[in-house]
Amino acid sequence: MIEFKNLHKQFGKLVVLDGLDLEISKGGIFAILGPNGSGKTTLIKCLLGMVIPNKGEIIFDKKSVLRQWEYRNNLNYLPQIANFPPNLTVIELINMVKNLRPKGANDEELIELFGLKNFLDKKLGNLSGGTKQKVNVVLTFMFDSELIILDEPTNGLDPIALIHLKEIIQKEKDKGKTILITTHIMSFVDEVADEIVFLLDGKIYFKGTIDTLKKQTNNDNLEHAIANLIAKQDA
Amino acid sequence: MLKILKYSFYDLMRSRWSYVYFLFYLILGFVLLFLNNDVDKAVITLMNIIIVLTPLIGTIFGVMYYYDSKEFTELLLAQPINRKKIFMGQYLGISISLTLSLLLGLGIPFVLYGLFKSAAIFNFSLLLVVGSFLNFIFVALSYNIALSTENKIKGFGYAILMWLFLAVIYDGIFLISLVLLNEYPLDKFSLVATMFNPIDLSRILILLKLDISALLGYTGAVFRKFFGTNFGMLISMGVLVLWVILPVFRMNLKLRKKDF
Repeated sequence: MIEFKNLHKQFGKLVVLDGLDLEISKGGIFAILGPNGSGKTTLIKCLLGMVIPNKGEIIFDKKSVLRQWEYRNNLNYLPQIANFPPNLTVIELINMVKNLRPKGANDEELIELFGLKNFLDKKLGNLSGGTKQKVNVVLTFMFDSELIILDEPTNGLDPIALIHLKEIIQKEKDKGKTILITTHIMSFVDEVADEIVFLLDGKIYFKGTIDTLKKQTNNDNLEHAIANLIAKQDA
Repeated sequence: MLKILKYSFYDLMRSRWSYVYFLFYLILGFVLLFLNNDVDKAVITLMNIIIVLTPLIGTIFGVMYYYDSKEFTELLLAQPINRKKIFMGQYLGISISLTLSLLLGLGIPFVLYGLFKSAAIFNFSLLLVVGSFLNFIFVALSYNIALSTENKIKGFGYAILMWLFLAVIYDGIFLISLVLLNEYPLDKFSLVATMFNPIDLSRILILLKLDISALLGYTGAVFRKFFGTNFGMLISMGVLVLWVILPVFRMNLKLRKKDF
């Protein structure tokens, strides 16, 4: 469904993606992992068209995405930091994003689920970080798209919201959606992810299921298995 | 693009600063008219304020809005919208809301004063047109600076420096060069140098319309000959339009390669 071919990106002298090749098939939950600064967010932003690669090609649904924008109608993205225009109210923001996409949305159900009803007429500038993240989650999941990209989705969510988030992710997966997640919380990965893509030095260092990774590193605990993976590289 | 424009516009219209700005012009208009009792003089005083203030406010609002809405812009960039349209929408949203503050803030007191019966209506309209141009020009310039500067503090610094240069330093250099080169005929030079600074261009455009160009001496006569005619007026308006188009063009060029 998505194909990255020989992707290069550098910021100034810093090489972030160095000839990365990756293929992601349709359906399932893919966790993109890697140490800080390994290029996870850059990879995602290349796919979204926010970062323009120096070299390489990205194919989504059999079409190149570089310098295009229509394809974004078929993907949802949850950004890492939820910061919205402080003068708009929650409902205005939701309506605005709905207005921008020519697609039906099930926002009401999600607003109910995350208990945002009482916040709808509040200005976004007055909301707490966790509530903003809930709004962020609603904005992401209210559209029905083939691809869902989540950048640190658990940030600031309370336990109940977190449970709801996991349920939604599971539900979307059951509908045959492709979901990409970046996170540093391994228990979350262990719980939801089907496959792991491990980035190191701008290349794919490991791609496979969690079980394969555990077997390969001889470790039952995912956190340790990942640590092991990094350590082996250093040795 | 219209949707983005609409929301940027609403967002700004609801911010306190737009009202402060509007009220400032409103009070200024009332005070000048009712203390002066002379529309022509009021227009000159207003010109001196508008020529310096609108570029400053446009510059500050432009950089401030860009950096403040950075995360939100990222959210928009992930939506199925062309990135050019996002930024054009924001740009027009800021420029139009600032222009509206100016037009309403000054327009209301003047209308109440009985502007329509006065002969000063043309001078006054020219003032508003030039003020609006300055808004569009300086928001575009500051957006260019913000787009090219990742660091917020640096961006603010560069933007203020740009304003200071065009509003103050440029005139200083201009004057010094006139003094140093006064053995040469300088009329063409000063005419051209004026074109390169939108603030100077606006000032001279208004001064010449106000019929006080006799004060400007020989060069004034040259200016009068040029700007006073319809042709000169057309050229200067054209240059002001260019001052809007070129920064907007560069903005679009920059956007093609920009990473967010």
